[in-house]
Amino acid sequence: MQELKLPVYLDNSATTPMDPRVLEAMLPYFTELFGNSASRNHPFGWAAEEAVDYGREQIAQLVNANPKEIIFTSGATEAINLAIKGVADMYSRQGNHIITVKTEHKAVIDTCKNLQKKGIEVTYLDVQEDGLINLEELEKAFTPKTILVSVMFANNEIGVLQPIEEIARIAHKHGALFMTDATQAVGKVPVDVQKMGIDLMSFTAHKMYGPKGIGALYVRRKNPRVKVTAQIDGGGHERGMRSGTLNVPGIVGFGKAAELCRLEMATETERLSKLRDKLETNLVKLEESYINGNTQHRLPHITNISFKYVEGEGLMMGFNKNIGVSSGSACTSASLEPSYVLVALGLDDELAHSSIRFSLGRFNTEEQIDYTIEHVTKAVNRMRELSPLWEMFKEGIDIKSIQWAEH
Amino acid sequence: MAYSDKVLEHYNNPRNVGTIDKSKKNVGTGLVGAPECGDVMRLQIEVEEETGIITDAKFKTFGCGSAIASSSLATEWLKGKTIDEALTIDNMDIVEELNLPPVKIHCSVLAEDAIKAAINDYRVKNGLEPVKFEESIVH
Repeated sequence: MQELKLPVYLDNSATTPMDPRVLEAMLPYFTELFGNSASRNHPFGWAAEEAVDYGREQIAQLVNANPKEIIFTSGATEAINLAIKGVADMYSRQGNHIITVKTEHKAVIDTCKNLQKKGIEVTYLDVQEDGLINLEELEKAFTPKTILVSVMFANNEIGVLQPIEEIARIAHKHGALFMTDATQAVGKVPVDVQKMGIDLMSFTAHKMYGPKGIGALYVRRKNPRVKVTAQIDGGGHERGMRSGTLNVPGIVGFGKAAELCRLEMATETERLSKLRDKLETNLVKLEESYINGNTQHRLPHITNISFKYVEGEGLMMGFNKNIGVSSGSACTSASLEPSYVLVALGLDDELAHSSIRFSLGRFNTEEQIDYTIEHVTKAVNRMRELSPLWEMFKEGIDIKSIQWAEH
Repeated sequence: MAYSDKVLEHYNNPRNVGTIDKSKKNVGTGLVGAPECGDVMRLQIEVEEETGIITDAKFKTFGCGSAIASSSLATEWLKGKTIDEALTIDNMDIVEELNLPPVKIHCSVLAEDAIKAAINDYRVKNGLEPVKFEESIVH
């Protein structure tokens, strides 16, 4: 038995702690090896360039890309902006229609909304109850003007994995490019840009035990050769697609993180899915608890559970001194609207408000999972004692039959 | 967002959680909010009919920590007050007492609405006109 380490971090989909091995690899590049990788005429620059090349290789290897196809950015949000806006600009002669999905990350949704103001047409596909898109609906969404399909690899709230290979095939059949935001998937499950037919792919270091502030866009170079219009102008770095002095320590860390994920993926997947399943099985023993999203096609380390008749934020307060998770309830925002992802699955707003996402990671232990099961169970029971809705449920009153005041 | 100590204190030790028999003539029940908005409060008062004094108050709340604290505080304040005094409780008093941040003001509004709803339920049950309130802040 390992000693229980508190607090327990179960919000690894938000960000991961950096692996000490990653930090160790990065440290020299802040001090003695501080060069600018674009300095071609002295050893300071050469050392930096070598480090960047090596990092690029490590990252490319993780996703089966050519190193030249990796464009460094500040993170996934920038990579998404570059991909979608860059394609819309570059391929404006071919068309002006983009297909995406309602459950995408805000970085995709808001980039598309921005483009709509500039005359781009966007189709936002619905998802099925399990969070997956319907491929027949995708087929129907194409127009002769469709230039890009953007579908996330794995969802950040419920962890469901879209059928990427099939979506890519359908996009290509209609002459469109295929982009995927793989922020939650890279380093966690096998991602192979060749086999899967991915043309553009965003991902980031800080979701895979690397540093914040460094991400990448994969841009296919062959079959077809994809180009994106730069969104940041300057010295023409990254094959002209993304100017700006490269974040050398970040790239070194990103590379090391990618290598560790590649080497440890098989054992980690097995370990984490066991822990996740243990957590999930025990928590859904609570009456009126429901798992959100498809449980077959999903990441190994995420579960999203609604504890009916309990509000998520209030519930988290019962254990958040010692357990860090996130909720689909949005009581903190002025809008009071719950997670749009869960609502897109067809969940009642009420159930969406009652949801908690648990995302496990490399540094979680079984002792921590046992602790979480015990304390979340206690908190749910306690909050239900406080809940008028639970009382009504227990008395057999149909909550839907009550005329609730609009507010 | 960190909660104030007072919110935490009420959350950890909520006062007057429970249910009073709502069929009793001297009991008023207010149920406000909506599940789809993420908060529902049920506040009940038991009134001594001769004096109009609130002798007991109970609540149950589905909502965030601030909503729970607001309703817990409201029941504390209601006990011992007359109905007329209870009507003077303003949501901003709750905001001040609990140090609620701007995004949580709606929790205090809901608590005020719950008090008024409970009082009107009591009044109607006892053959009195419901008190008319100005439209509360839309939240």
